[in-house]
Amino acid sequence: MATKRVGVSPQPFEEIVAEHGPTVLRVCRAILGRVDAEDAWSETFLAALRAYPRLRANSNIEAWLVTIAHRKALDHLRASRRLVVTDELPERPARDGSPEGWESGLWEALEALPLKQRQTIAYHYLVGMPYLQVAEIVGGSEDAARRAAADGIAALRKTFPKGESR
Amino acid sequence: MRKERDLFAALPTIDEAVSRRLHQRLVDAASAAGLLDVAYRTIETPVGTLLLAATPKGLVRVAYASEDHDLVLERLARDVSPRILRAPARLDRVAREIEEYFARRRSTFDTPLDLRLSHGFRRTVLSHLPEIGYGKTASYAAVAKAAGRPKAVRAVGSACATNPLPVVVPCHRVVRSDGTIGQYVGGVEAKHMLLALESAA
Repeated sequence: MATKRVGVSPQPFEEIVAEHGPTVLRVCRAILGRVDAEDAWSETFLAALRAYPRLRANSNIEAWLVTIAHRKALDHLRASRRLVVTDELPERPARDGSPEGWESGLWEALEALPLKQRQTIAYHYLVGMPYLQVAEIVGGSEDAARRAAADGIAALRKTFPKGESR
Repeated sequence: MRKERDLFAALPTIDEAVSRRLHQRLVDAASAAGLLDVAYRTIETPVGTLLLAATPKGLVRVAYASEDHDLVLERLARDVSPRILRAPARLDRVAREIEEYFARRRSTFDTPLDLRLSHGFRRTVLSHLPEIGYGKTASYAAVAKAAGRPKAVRAVGSACATNPLPVVVPCHRVVRSDGTIGQYVGGVEAKHMLLALESAA
């Protein structure tokens, strides 16, 4: 979770990448899928590196990075014209039944969810942000963010009835 | 909530190869955009692991393990820029020169230096140290005289003790007037080793 620094000395950016790189990649992957996730990750950290010296001391670095990743992911979706706002339930993705396939199947199931559900699930469940903070990033109310995530989880549950399939 | 978290606990963690590829991509993009203010790497030497850090201007810091490399990087973040990344390729040249030095195939360093971490008289002292030739030594008093302040013997001592570029800027060649070896930023043992290395060449 977010690192609290005492004092005014900024962390070397290398430490930021090591500490938050994996979380940001999971977020990008949940929102964009495997193909565009690495591009969005790279754009996120380059933008963060550019702005980093101006970041206020004691900022929540994780929330800052997720906010940048959120915008970069939207840029990608717009560029590839995949930004379709829909509340329709997605078709259930196929499962190949193998334990290994279960993991990648979950990524695919996430990809099949509407954007708002992917975002709220990624920020709340993959990052661990409270819904109030999730709402600040995706817009709308805290309740709306909670509902979107709950709807997404309900859809995932249809595909994966249990969390402990392994 | 717990059960939902379990659902995602099964997602694969990011593997090493992906992390390395993304890191390299960030280093390349940062370099191209002029955002890599401080590049660093470590190098194994007979006097232990040395941290090497460079700005676009040149080598800005060499640090012994005893100085605590994490702490040194934090100071660089504060004193130079927090835009710091591990980027070994940017330090290939200086790493090669240091390897040659420890293999006794090099007696002077040609890599560009960035002396911004040293100020005032201390910087003046450092700029005179390369005048002490390879394999030679000079007393603190002699260096004080060469730097234009013959009475500032103690200040020469503190300039050597705070040398941001040990090994490359040869503060190890400064010894006490009575012939004893004196202090060293990397420890007296390292100073002995460097002087022995140079005198054996």
